[in-house]
Amino acid sequence: MKKLWISLLFSLPLMGYALDGQCSQWTLLDPKGPIAADEKHLILTALGLMLIVVIPVIVMTIAFAWKYRTGNKEATYAPKWDNSHAIEAVVWTVPAVIITILGVIVWRSTHDLTPEKPLASSVKPLVVQVVAMNWKWLFIYPEQGVASVNKLVIPTDRPVSFQITSDSVMNSFFIPRLGGQIYAMAGMQTSLNLLASDVGTYRGLNTQFSGEGFSGMNFETKVVTSQAFNDWLAGVKDYGKGLDSIAFKSLEVPSENVKPAYFSSVEPQLFQTILQKYQADDPKLRTSACVAPRSLIQAKN
Amino acid sequence: MFQSLLFGKLTISAIPYENPIIMGAVGASALLTMMTLGWVTYQGRWGYLWREWLTSVDHKRIGVMYLIVAGVMLLRGFADAIMMRFHQAFAEGAGHGFLPPEHYDQIFSAHGTIMIIFVAMPFFIGLMNYIVPLQIGARDVAYPFLNSVSFWLTVASAGLVMVSLAIGDFSQAGWTGYPPFSEKEFSPGPGVDYWIWSLQLGGVGTLMTGINFFVTILKMRAPGMTLMKMPVFTWTILVTTVLIMLSFPVLTVALALLTFDRYLDMHFFTNGMGGNQMMFANLFWIWGHPEVYIVLLPAFGIYSEVVSTFSRKRLFGYNSMVYATVAIAFLSFIVWLHHFFTMGAGADVNAFFGIATGIIAIPTGVKIFNWLFTMYRGRIEFTTPMLWTLGFIATFAIGGMTGVLLSVPGADFMLHNSEFLVAHFHNTLIGGVLFGYFAGYTFWFPKMFGFRLDEKWGKRAFWSWLVGFYLAFMPLYALGFMGMPRRLVHYDNPAWQPYLLVALLGGLVIAYGIACQVIQLVVSIKNRKALRDHTGDIWNSHSLEWSLASPPPFYNFAKTPHVESLDAFAHMKENGIAYRATAPYAPIHMPRNSWVGVALGALTFNFGFAMVWHIWLAAAASLVGMLAAVVLRASDEDVDYMLSAEEVARHEKNASAQGASPAGLANDLITQG
Repeated sequence: MKKLWISLLFSLPLMGYALDGQCSQWTLLDPKGPIAADEKHLILTALGLMLIVVIPVIVMTIAFAWKYRTGNKEATYAPKWDNSHAIEAVVWTVPAVIITILGVIVWRSTHDLTPEKPLASSVKPLVVQVVAMNWKWLFIYPEQGVASVNKLVIPTDRPVSFQITSDSVMNSFFIPRLGGQIYAMAGMQTSLNLLASDVGTYRGLNTQFSGEGFSGMNFETKVVTSQAFNDWLAGVKDYGKGLDSIAFKSLEVPSENVKPAYFSSVEPQLFQTILQKYQADDPKLRTSACVAPRSLIQAKN
Repeated sequence: MFQSLLFGKLTISAIPYENPIIMGAVGASALLTMMTLGWVTYQGRWGYLWREWLTSVDHKRIGVMYLIVAGVMLLRGFADAIMMRFHQAFAEGAGHGFLPPEHYDQIFSAHGTIMIIFVAMPFFIGLMNYIVPLQIGARDVAYPFLNSVSFWLTVASAGLVMVSLAIGDFSQAGWTGYPPFSEKEFSPGPGVDYWIWSLQLGGVGTLMTGINFFVTILKMRAPGMTLMKMPVFTWTILVTTVLIMLSFPVLTVALALLTFDRYLDMHFFTNGMGGNQMMFANLFWIWGHPEVYIVLLPAFGIYSEVVSTFSRKRLFGYNSMVYATVAIAFLSFIVWLHHFFTMGAGADVNAFFGIATGIIAIPTGVKIFNWLFTMYRGRIEFTTPMLWTLGFIATFAIGGMTGVLLSVPGADFMLHNSEFLVAHFHNTLIGGVLFGYFAGYTFWFPKMFGFRLDEKWGKRAFWSWLVGFYLAFMPLYALGFMGMPRRLVHYDNPAWQPYLLVALLGGLVIAYGIACQVIQLVVSIKNRKALRDHTGDIWNSHSLEWSLASPPPFYNFAKTPHVESLDAFAHMKENGIAYRATAPYAPIHMPRNSWVGVALGALTFNFGFAMVWHIWLAAAASLVGMLAAVVLRASDEDVDYMLSAEEVARHEKNASAQGASPAGLANDLITQG
């Protein structure tokens, strides 16, 4: 009875997967870039390794419980038997061997997949500066001189080098189909290198709870051909509205479920300015930078 | 001016009148409290309650009171849980659930804080209070009065969390309270302050308990009980106390620095001004990860006792169990960074912490196999505690596996902050920790109250919890693979909703399990005559607590036992010296009850509340009061007494007249013979 329940329940997620027929909603199992593909592979490898121990444990639990139940007088009963060097050696060795193998995998994969590592490619990476704000994402394309809010457009097969910071609390920048996440923290810059291999529209999000607008802090990641990317850039350039310090100030006002917006020009060094205002130790310097009036946040609370 | 002196920031608008859900919860809690107080008054039991329980320094009484606190807070924490499940199940697209974000955020913060600090901690501290001195053949803990103070500090801090429901609000920053979100700049209200002071003051109590039991176990074991003859439960508690003593001060410091930020405009963790939020995350988890093992190791100890007792066999690989426990404790201090691989520490650092975390799986795996080989060639009885243990082994294997997955940095980049993570730690905390505590509660209940718990309702509770757990958390694993982050108050992906509905169903099955446990308690009390334990050794078990009557006399052992082997009581039974007549008796040195613990608890509550609301005058007065109470206590000469040999003899005889004492029973037999 118990066995049935456990197998039924444990297979529930897998049943969902099978019934679904297509894996589109299984974000982590349906990567659209090499980093995400490696990370998926890593998850499945580690899972497989662990199952070598976990499946025997579950089988032994049920088998021993059944075989040595009080009612079964035929089973051997050895009340004083409390030690066996052979068994001890096995139960220490088997997990140790598996963890050693896993340890090697961890060491290698961690160095391969470390987010700040540039991706090997013949194409020069596209630099995108990411600023987490309350409660939206600002994307600055410094080399192209444009910016967008809650909409990330990138070309296929070209590495993207994200430089990430926060203009607010701790956030975590994550595009599941393209690869793992990294924190965005004020006054600090983190890096993430990703590459998209398939054209499509993928969800991006913040995973680190950041307050009332957290749940709506999603953005669309549009992966397009390099031709379409250039067209998009030209379109944004024609858009007319620039991101100067006044526009940035109004952007800093906390807002929720923000629709995408575009800026045809960006104040030079805006990303560095945002970084530096949290690095300044002098309170005067800090307030002179373009900080949002905190009374707005407090009023909300 | 006058008003701020008296009330600080506190105004009448701090009471959330406009929120019917909160007011309903406040009303229900208030009603239950009033009914309990009214009942005590009606029964005229205040004097008894005060003398025998509230002022008691008896570790057994304190243990039971801890368990009551844990039980009450479990109901509160579960109410939060089921509200979240209901909300998320209907928060897709146009349906926005029924909770506004600022309330939902408080609920998940309160749920985590309560379940870890005010359920898991008092639950195992209650069990260890009752059992550890009995297992080591001691008459009390090393510092009985300190024990009472620890308990009342825990009550005071739990009280602060409960009061935040009615006056002001609770933190919205999650149970981890990461800055800068928890700084004044982003969380100006009293919520984070409630969180800080309840953790801080409760933490002081826990630290003192850690010191108390560390000394008790090292210094007060019965003659002959060497370290390697200690029961495994006592071993796990000893290691736990070391973890408490080493890790809680770090929490104290982290919270104190955050307090300086919030109260004195300092900049330890703020955005800018030299503040560093990463430092808080590091400090918090340097405490937080050992904390996971602080609640888990005692459960491991309970499983060891239960599996050996109900397999009717000695524990397999005792030495391995002890070494594994110590190894886990050591490793638990060098893995904290795995809670934030995504902070960008670089490959070498991440790989080190990833591998260290993986290594913990080795001693943990050894423990699991040793429990399995304890069952091997045994005669297994499927009593309720044994069912909890079996459910644990199978469930925890899955939780351990997903934990190892999360310990691989490359995998964690994908799974961090997701519902997969939520599923993983509930897998270990319910399937690992809570199942163990429930096993311990059922196992030792007859020792505490003299009658056992109803098996039928106990088994119903177990199956409901087990099935409910799988229904509630397996879908969350799946949702993690579907890219759903934790703590969402609203989402726009219709594919997630069916899984959240199944999770809600699981929550409801668990609710039924909890109802079964409440019914079990009521039914057992009603049928206590039929369920009475006359022998003191109802499960035919192996350690010294079973050599006493159920419940044991207030002085525990009329004569200090002499331990010759591991499984001391089993050894005595085998050699026919278990129920040997113990007269003549010697006088016993006993501590007197004290009102100071209660007073310190009340003053601590006042202090915490005053600090939350910036009522400096009241806070200062509470501090002065605490100091005065401590001075009064320190200058009190009359803190102990001698229980004469005649009185011991009288108590033992009374106990035997009721047929409740094995020693007494043996006495009678000898007298008649």
